[in-house]
Amino acid sequence: MFILAGLVALGGMPLLLPSYHLGIASEILIFSVLAMSVNLLAGYAGRTPLCHGAIFGTSTYVVIIAAAAGVPVWAACLLGVAAAGGLSVVFGIIAVRTSGVYFLLLTLALGLIIWGICLRWTGVTGGENGLRGDLRQGWLADPQRLYWLILGVGAVLTFAMWRLVRSPFGLTLRAIKDSPSRMAALGHDVPAHLFAAFVASGLFAGAAGALYALFNDFVSPTTVALPQSVEGLLMAIVGGVGSILGGLVGAFVLIALEQFVSAYTERWLSVLGLTAIAIMLFAPQGLLGLLQRKSQ
Amino acid sequence: MKRRIVLATLAAPAMLRAQSTSGPIKIGLMAPLTGVAASGGREIVEGFQMYFETINGRIGGRAVEVTVEDDASNPDTALQKARRLVEQGNVHFLFGNLLANTGLAVANYVRGTGTPYFIPVIAADDLTQRSRLPNVVRVAGYSASQFSRPLADWAYKQGYRRIATISQDYTFGHEQCGGFAQKFTSLGGRVLQQFWHPLNTSDFSPYMGQLANAGVDAVFAMETGADATRLIQAYASFGLKGRIPLMGAMNASDQSVIRTMGAEAEGIVSAAHFAEGSTNAITQAFVADYDRRFQKLPSLYGFSHFSGAMWVAEALKTIGADAENRERLLAAVRATTLTGSPLGAPVSLDAYGNPVYDAFIRRVVRRPDGKLWNAPIETYPRVDQFWGFEPEAYMRQPAYSRAFQGPR
Amino acid sequence: MLGFQLLNGLTFAALLFVVASGFTLVFGLLRIVNLAHGALYLLGGYVAYEVGGRSGSFAAGVVAAMVAVALAGLALDRGLLRFVKGQDLRQVLLTVGVGLVLNDLFLVIWGGDAFTVPTPEALQGAAVVMGVFYPKYRLFVLLAGVAIFVLLWLVMNRTRYGALIRAGVDDAEMLSATGVDQGRLFVITFMLGSALAGLGGAMGGAFLSLYPGADAEILVFSLAVVIIGGRGSLEGAAIGALLIGLLNTFGQVWFPELSYFVVFGPMALLLAFRPYGLFGRAA
Repeated sequence: MFILAGLVALGGMPLLLPSYHLGIASEILIFSVLAMSVNLLAGYAGRTPLCHGAIFGTSTYVVIIAAAAGVPVWAACLLGVAAAGGLSVVFGIIAVRTSGVYFLLLTLALGLIIWGICLRWTGVTGGENGLRGDLRQGWLADPQRLYWLILGVGAVLTFAMWRLVRSPFGLTLRAIKDSPSRMAALGHDVPAHLFAAFVASGLFAGAAGALYALFNDFVSPTTVALPQSVEGLLMAIVGGVGSILGGLVGAFVLIALEQFVSAYTERWLSVLGLTAIAIMLFAPQGLLGLLQRKSQ
Repeated sequence: MKRRIVLATLAAPAMLRAQSTSGPIKIGLMAPLTGVAASGGREIVEGFQMYFETINGRIGGRAVEVTVEDDASNPDTALQKARRLVEQGNVHFLFGNLLANTGLAVANYVRGTGTPYFIPVIAADDLTQRSRLPNVVRVAGYSASQFSRPLADWAYKQGYRRIATISQDYTFGHEQCGGFAQKFTSLGGRVLQQFWHPLNTSDFSPYMGQLANAGVDAVFAMETGADATRLIQAYASFGLKGRIPLMGAMNASDQSVIRTMGAEAEGIVSAAHFAEGSTNAITQAFVADYDRRFQKLPSLYGFSHFSGAMWVAEALKTIGADAENRERLLAAVRATTLTGSPLGAPVSLDAYGNPVYDAFIRRVVRRPDGKLWNAPIETYPRVDQFWGFEPEAYMRQPAYSRAFQGPR
Repeated sequence: MLGFQLLNGLTFAALLFVVASGFTLVFGLLRIVNLAHGALYLLGGYVAYEVGGRSGSFAAGVVAAMVAVALAGLALDRGLLRFVKGQDLRQVLLTVGVGLVLNDLFLVIWGGDAFTVPTPEALQGAAVVMGVFYPKYRLFVLLAGVAIFVLLWLVMNRTRYGALIRAGVDDAEMLSATGVDQGRLFVITFMLGSALAGLGGAMGGAFLSLYPGADAEILVFSLAVVIIGGRGSLEGAAIGALLIGLLNTFGQVWFPELSYFVVFGPMALLLAFRPYGLFGRAA
């Protein structure tokens, strides 16, 4: 009931907000899906990734490249999600054998490879200049409709993630997070579960990336760069690790903060840095999952 | 520090015209105040601000309100800030950006909104050529390949016949090198090798050996920012300086690069429409004024935004400061011949929205006070973006890229 | 030509080793992935630029950089990391925050221009090595890198302090069982690691120049070095630095379009088989 009311409120936004703020609202919804996908791994599987910006951005690239090649927009979006899934399979195979800070470091390095490719493979990715899309045509040209589309897809994705973490699979993941050795002893295939969680998380990140392609109609290496991954992770943490809807809160807080701060100063990086420091020091409620994780 | 710099907010009481032309003229200025291009971004704001200070923040009786946004050297951020300025700030027109990728992202956005967008340092050729937009005008700017052609001509006249180029691997570099290569080849010279390296290449040493052994008479380097600093240093420390003459794109020996450098930068030859070491009295007055205000000699970025602001202001004066009327504003800007710029010579746009200049061949020399600057050694009059080519025929050839550097 | 490019790769590797050795020491003993390490490098460079420029002495600049960055490390460790002790993921994100703030602070103080640490007369110009002209300064960097490796190796393998660090890298619990003052050991190591970043900044700032973004570039290379070499391993850092330095150089020469991939691709391949690096063990 509460969720329904929230959806109605979010759905009514376009009628109240001027166009610029509607754009910000769209962005918040997209990044909340990214934050949730990060949370799926960090909060439920106990593996904190720093490659989700790269997975997200890979999907954005593929959508824009495919659409430019004449693929219908909806099919391009599916291709984008599929590419993100494929990438997650590769990353997952390499990464799930590690844990803790090593997992973080490894995923960071893997994300860097994607960034390097997007930066240098100029013929395909446009290199430093990035690629300008032509997706916002016809039905999608209207920001209100686009917002509703993002809201609708975002709601479905959120519901899917919410169901996933409450499914037997999700419960097993949580048990693995608490004690991998016990779960292994009980006969569960721990690496297989983590791998599945990684790929699922990557698919959701890819869906967010496809929405971002529709919203931004432009992609450049900064979309796959490390700061994107860091921001996604920070949003997940701010909202509360181990709470799917927290992603929405985290995305809202960080994006709203950026909007507010940049109206007064260009020192946004300092503010972001100080925010990260403050959260790590003083906001353990947002860090519950990490706190539990470290004790292993 | 507050981002919003309102240069003159007092609404003139005498101004009682009951049209839409009341209230301030709102300008959105975007510049990279953080990120890799931060130093140039700072100078964009300085030059822009300096111009409006010299006219007391008013154009044709209307106050001017400039909102400065940081594009963070990042196209995604630039796009977001452009949206904010247009949709929330309701600015009458946009100005600025430094890196081509930010400018192209914003151009893509204003293609949809129709907002006039003035780009004094976004040099991407096609913005005033194959994919020009009616509302994007390069006031006081230049197209990337524009001045490398006269430089190629000059190089050929020095007796250089074999050249290597080294450049950052992105459109801006492809275009500057393309202009050079096509002109140089058409004169009968040969471009033996072209090196493309990623932006922010940490270590230039691998290229130095290759340049030294390329068997060329001179090297053309297209670099910006820290890459320019590192290339010039490596060129000197690997002993190439003095052995193989180094020519640069104007960015490579811009003030933003050479003001923190020493002897290693002396002697670099480049081509540009602006030379801070020009003997022209008007240029020198501007350079001295800039130095007095900001304790440094003006770079391309500061100069271009000073002149760009002047250009649009002059155009606005001719239409009663009617900034709300986009078509009128754009037509006036295109029709304006700028006479008062620091160049000390009149400048106007060609039919495609790109300025035509007298181009200087410049050499980095030391001033009596020890500072380095670019002093003209030769002038090529009336250089436009097609220089020597017929525009329509030229635009039928593909845009310069790593693969296409002129017909071979 | 091959010898020339080999020298390029080796000199770059020497710098990477200095920076990455500090990173891997801290990572190995304290289990802290210090993503502000690049910012510490840049701080060292700026300090060396200021002090070296004003005093006219390169050596003074280098010493000042090491001292200043060691103190910055002390402040970071005692002022912030202490409160999240033992919680590695919180520590990582905290250092990310610190890196962002420092980077922005540098921009405010030094602006965005590219600066170069002034080098002494004796190290300017080129020398003839293996029949080619080669910058003396880069040869100095190579020698300095080797000297620092030898010095660190001696400290690690011939002193009690080094033995404690090695014990701590292998098994943190064993270290606490020996009854040594762990807190002090950790602080000293963090300062040493930071000082090495500062030294790297002073050395690198003289030929790679200092500007906003230089921190991220060196950090990425250091990460690759440490990931390849393995946590806490000096030898691993040396081999990783050689590998990355050479790959970076020859990658630029032979595969200019794929230069990043040439650096990071082999790293990914290695990780697929040895997720903890060449000399590393699970933490």
